[in-house]
Amino acid sequence: MPGLLISVDHALADSGMAGALVIPHAVVIVAAVVFGVIAVALAWPVPVILSRATWPMRAPVMALLLWQVIGLAGGLSMIGALALAGYAALPQHPWLAPIPAVLFTVYLLTHLAITVVQVTRLRHRHLALLEMLTSPHPTRARTRVLEDAVPVAYCLPRGARSVTVLSQGLLDRLDADELVAVIAHERAHVEQRHDLLLLAFRAWRSALPWFPIAARAEVEVAALVEMLADDHARREVHDEVLARAILQVGASGVPGADQPVSGSMRVSDRFRRLAG
Amino acid sequence: MSTLGELERAVMDALWDADGSLSAYDVQHTLEAEGRTLAATTLLTVLSRLEKKGFVASDRSSRPHRYTAVASRADHVAELMHSVLGDAGDRTAVLERFVGGVSAEDAAVLRRLLGGAG
Repeated sequence: MPGLLISVDHALADSGMAGALVIPHAVVIVAAVVFGVIAVALAWPVPVILSRATWPMRAPVMALLLWQVIGLAGGLSMIGALALAGYAALPQHPWLAPIPAVLFTVYLLTHLAITVVQVTRLRHRHLALLEMLTSPHPTRARTRVLEDAVPVAYCLPRGARSVTVLSQGLLDRLDADELVAVIAHERAHVEQRHDLLLLAFRAWRSALPWFPIAARAEVEVAALVEMLADDHARREVHDEVLARAILQVGASGVPGADQPVSGSMRVSDRFRRLAG
Repeated sequence: MSTLGELERAVMDALWDADGSLSAYDVQHTLEAEGRTLAATTLLTVLSRLEKKGFVASDRSSRPHRYTAVASRADHVAELMHSVLGDAGDRTAVLERFVGGVSAEDAAVLRRLLGGAG
């Protein structure tokens, strides 16, 4: 295709400035196809392969980073592919060509905004219930005690005003070391702002529920975040203590606790890595 | 000095313990009996905040206005526990739990670790 290259050079030379560079139509089509292939790869086979890999349990930080790159690059390549496809299809209408890309961008951002509003509202309601039903922990700051026999521990992330909630059932059941493990785990979620990651991937899934990039990513990211929090706890207690705490809370068989949710590969990985 | 959250809890407890509706004056009395003296304006602020949150309903046709708890304490605890233990999709975005249910195989993996450690 030397003819094409020369014509590009001519166009550049004739215009006299880079801003007026006319990109040949064939290049636009090729670029649109390339971006489309990248977008499809990032939306489908890549997330599937990553979710089947075994290394993320050994390097959760790296895996989490990779999921963010896949999510971000996936979104950008979809937008890029749409924009280029628009220019390839309607080269005479520079105002109409970018419309699909713009609409898709607006669609993604709208889902992000809706997710943020929804989650914020749910957190607000939850916090109001907490204020009404729980009492502050006598010694621990930003920790509240819920009068309930079911052993639960969780945090409600709100940036610097995050709240950790421990049920009375949990406090009765765990010894001091196990409680340290639970609190270190929850504090890691708060300090490392895992809520923002989960929010972003939740928005992704609500926007593209039919793509593995979104559904798999959300499940994987949720499990990887638990591994990171576990690692934080393992710096303060022995693996055995953390394992005991997990068993006490997760396998308690207390009526009212939900059905086992583990069993998926990555959740099982979380426990397998403790067992070495 | 009690925080606003503590006052809200005390007021809700008074309404939950009451049979039927209470006037602001009744609530003030109940709290006083617990050793908590509250200015009327403060109490009205707390009541209107609770109403805005949807925890308290007021009957403004009567003088003085009468207040009732919208739902029982047990109902609210059930709502709270549902959002903690319930539907995974909503929950993971709102709050981060230490651990959910652990399947039998995963529990076995953990017990093996504990057994090995003696």
